[in-house]
Amino acid sequence: MRRWSPALPATFLLALLILGAGSCGEDGVQLDASLGGDTTRAEVSRNAFSLPAPQLTNEQRRTFEVGDSFFTQNWVTAPASTEARDGLGPTFNAQACSSCHTLDGRGAPPDPSGEEARLGLLVRLSVPGSDPVTGAPLPDPVYGGQLQDRSVLDVPAEGTLVVSYETTIGEYGDGTPYELRSPTYEIADLAFGPLAEEVQLGPRLAPHLIGMGLLQAIPESSILALADPDDANGDGISGRANIVWDARAGAPTLGRLGWKANAATVEQQTAGAFHGDIGITSELHPLENCPAAQTECADAPDGGAPELTASRLAAVEFYVRTLAVPALRGADSDDVLEGARLFEDFGCSSCHAPTHRTGVSDIDALTDQVIHPYTDLLLHDMGPALADGRPDFDASGQEWRTPPLWGIGLAEDINGYLFLLHDGRARTFEEAILWHGGEGEAAREEFRLADTEERAQLLAFLEAL
Amino acid sequence: MALIAASCSDDDESSSVDSAVLSDAVSTYAAGVYSAYATSAASARAMDAAIDAFLESPSQASLHAARQAWLVARDDYGPTEVFRFYGGPIDDEETGTEGLINAWPLDEAYIDYVEGAPNAGIVNSPDDYPVIDAALLLELNEMGGEANVSTGWHAIEFLLWGQDLDDGGPGDRPFTDFTTADNADRRAEYLRTASDQLLAHLDELVVAWAPGEANYRAGFEAMNPLDALQLAFTGIGEMSRGELAGERMSVAYAERSQEDEHSCFSDNTTADIVGNARGIEMVLLGSYPGGVSGTGLLDVVAEVDSNLARQLRGEVSTSLNLSRSIPAPFDQHLRDGVSDEDPGRRSVLSAIEALETQTDTIVDAADALGIALNVS
Repeated sequence: MRRWSPALPATFLLALLILGAGSCGEDGVQLDASLGGDTTRAEVSRNAFSLPAPQLTNEQRRTFEVGDSFFTQNWVTAPASTEARDGLGPTFNAQACSSCHTLDGRGAPPDPSGEEARLGLLVRLSVPGSDPVTGAPLPDPVYGGQLQDRSVLDVPAEGTLVVSYETTIGEYGDGTPYELRSPTYEIADLAFGPLAEEVQLGPRLAPHLIGMGLLQAIPESSILALADPDDANGDGISGRANIVWDARAGAPTLGRLGWKANAATVEQQTAGAFHGDIGITSELHPLENCPAAQTECADAPDGGAPELTASRLAAVEFYVRTLAVPALRGADSDDVLEGARLFEDFGCSSCHAPTHRTGVSDIDALTDQVIHPYTDLLLHDMGPALADGRPDFDASGQEWRTPPLWGIGLAEDINGYLFLLHDGRARTFEEAILWHGGEGEAAREEFRLADTEERAQLLAFLEAL
Repeated sequence: MALIAASCSDDDESSSVDSAVLSDAVSTYAAGVYSAYATSAASARAMDAAIDAFLESPSQASLHAARQAWLVARDDYGPTEVFRFYGGPIDDEETGTEGLINAWPLDEAYIDYVEGAPNAGIVNSPDDYPVIDAALLLELNEMGGEANVSTGWHAIEFLLWGQDLDDGGPGDRPFTDFTTADNADRRAEYLRTASDQLLAHLDELVVAWAPGEANYRAGFEAMNPLDALQLAFTGIGEMSRGELAGERMSVAYAERSQEDEHSCFSDNTTADIVGNARGIEMVLLGSYPGGVSGTGLLDVVAEVDSNLARQLRGEVSTSLNLSRSIPAPFDQHLRDGVSDEDPGRRSVLSAIEALETQTDTIVDAADALGIALNVS
C-alpha cells in the first residue's frame, strides 16, 4: 500500500546514491548500500517499504498491483456487492493485511493506556503435543490455534488479549540506568468458557515485509551450512533449523519465515495469515476457521469457496515477495562504519548473518542476488526471559528465529512508532538488544558493557539499515 | 549498482540546463496547479448548486441535472490528480485531504442501502448516528479501513446514481429516494453535506496554491528548482503506472471486478482514465486549464536531450489517444466471458501498456536531469 509524503530532494538523493557504492572504513569494514542486491531502492520516504523491485517486467508489475489491492483493501462481511472482497471472518483479528502491516511495515501491541487504537499483535494458542503427521502444534480444542478478537455481526468474538507491563531496571557498564518493560498476557471476555488448562500463549507482532522473496530464494543448503545444532565450534551459539510441514508438497521441509521459522514459503505464510488473521479461506485453507463449539461462526454466510481465489492468492504472494528493500543510508559515515565493525565484534553477526546469495528463483529479479538481510534464518535459544513457552514444530518454547534487520532503521519513520521483538515489548533498539539472553547473552553483555560512544555507534549502524 | 553509475554521470549533465529555464518550469507548474484546482473548484461549485437545486425540488429532471453537473466537475478534477504522490497539500501526511476527496473503492453498504440489505449504511442507522453532519462524515471516513469511505466524489456519485445493477448503463437510483423513501431526509442531508465538504476541501487546495500568499506554493517556488521539479516528476510518474495503469486499470482488467473500476456507479470510468492521462500531458507540456501556459517539463528535458523529449511527447500522445479509444462503459470489458481478444479488452490493455512505456521514459527523462525517481 502506498501513502505519500514528501519525496527527498533530488540533490540529497543524488549524494546518497553516489555514496551508495561499497564504502570502506579505515579498519576495512565495508558496507554495501544495496541491501537487497539489484532489488534495492534508494528511498527513505514513508513509501520506502511499499515499492516493487525495480527489475520487474510490466506484466509482473501488474500482478504486483493486483496483489497490492488485495493486500491493502478491507474485506467486508458476506454477502456484499463488493464480491471480490467479501467473506471477512466470521471471526478475525483485522480486516486487511495492511491493517497490521501498515504501509507494508510493522504492527504494534495494544496501547496499555488505551489512547491509541493500534493493530498488529495476535496470540497463537496451543496445548502440549504435536500433530502426528505434520508436527504442527495442537490447537486449543475450543478456541483453535489463534485467538480472534473480532467478529462479524451476530457472531461472538473469541476474547480479548490483555497486555500489562511491569518495569524492570538495569544498568549499563558505565552506570547509566535503563528500563525494560516485561509483558504479561491474559485473555479476557472468553466467549466459550475457559481455555484449555495447559494452554500455551504465543504472542506475535506483525513484522515489516520487505525482501521476503529474497529470503525464500536463499538456497536451503546455505542456511543449513550455518546451523551448528550441537555447538561443535564451541562459540556458545548453536543455530538450529526448524523442520516444518510443507502443505503444498505434503512433506516436511526447512522452515525459514515467521518468528519461529514455522513457515516454509511466502505462499503458505500468506495463506495462513489470510485464514487465521482475516478469516479468508483459500486453496490451502479451504474451511472457515470455526472450531466445533462456535456454532454461530459455522452458520455464518461465507464469501465463496474459496473466498480468495488461487490467482488472487498468487498475486498477494507475488506482491509480498517482490517488495523492494530500501538501501542502507550513510555507508560512508564513520559512526555507521564503526557500528558495523562493533556489530561483528560484539558477536551480533554470528546470528544476524549479514550476507547471503540467492539461488535460482521463478522470479528473475530475485535470482542470484547478493543480499544483506542480517539473519541466518535459524533458531536460537534466547533464554527464559524472552521465551513464550510455546513450541512450534521443532522450535522449543525458548527458541526464536533470528529476525532480518534490513529496513529496521526506517520502520519508525514509516509507521510512526517502533516496537521490536516477537511481541513488541522493546520500544528501542537498545531495549531489544538488552532483552537478548541465552545464545544472545554474550553479545548483549558486550553491548551493555561498552562505553557510550560505542553503544551510540552500534545504534547508528542499526539506524542506517 | 547501475543506478549509482547513472546518477554519477547525471550530475554533470544537469548542470547544462539553463537556470532560467528551470525556474520558469517551476513557476509555470505552480501557476498551473493553482489554475487547475481553481477550475476544478469552480465546476464543483456548480455541481454543489445543482445538488442544492435537486434537494430543494426533487424530480427526475433535477436529479439528471445534478448528475450532469457531477460528470462535468469530475472531468476537471481528474487532471489535478497528478499533483498527488509527493506529500503536497492534497496528500500531506498530516493535513492532506485526498482520502476525504477521492477515496475509493467504496463499500457502498457503509453509506446506504444496497441490493439485499435494505437497512444498511449510515443513512439508515438513525439510532447509531442521529445527526448527519460534516463532523460525523469526517469522523467516519476510512474508519476501520480504506474501503469505508463516507465522503468525497464517489460517496456523492453513489448517492446520485445508486448501485450499477445494469450491464448496459449506470446506476439508476430513483429521485424518490430523496422524497418518500425511508430515511429520505437523512439521505438528502448526507448528499448535501458530502457535496459541501468536497467543495470546501477543493477550496483549501486553491488557497494552498494561490500566488503571493504565505502558503505551500511559496515554499515550493523557493525550493532548489531541481527539487521542485522532482516533485512534479514524481506526481506524473506515479500517476502514469502505479496509480493509473496499475491500481485503476490493471486490477479491474485482471480481476474483472466492477468494484475495482473507478467510477462504477455513474459509468464514468473511461472519462476518469482520460482525465488522469490528460493531467500527465498537461504537466509535461506546461499547458493547464484556465489558460496557464509556459515552460513544461518537456521543455526542460529538451535542454539536455531533445530526442528523449520528442520520444516522450510521442508516447504521451499515444497513451492519451489509446485512453480515449476505450469504449464506454468500462464495465462491459470486465464481464466474465468477454475474451481478451475482444476489441474492448484489447483497447484497455493497449492503454495500460502505453502508460507503462511512457512511465519508463518519464523516469529516463527525470534521470537525464539528474533527478532519481522512485516510482512504482
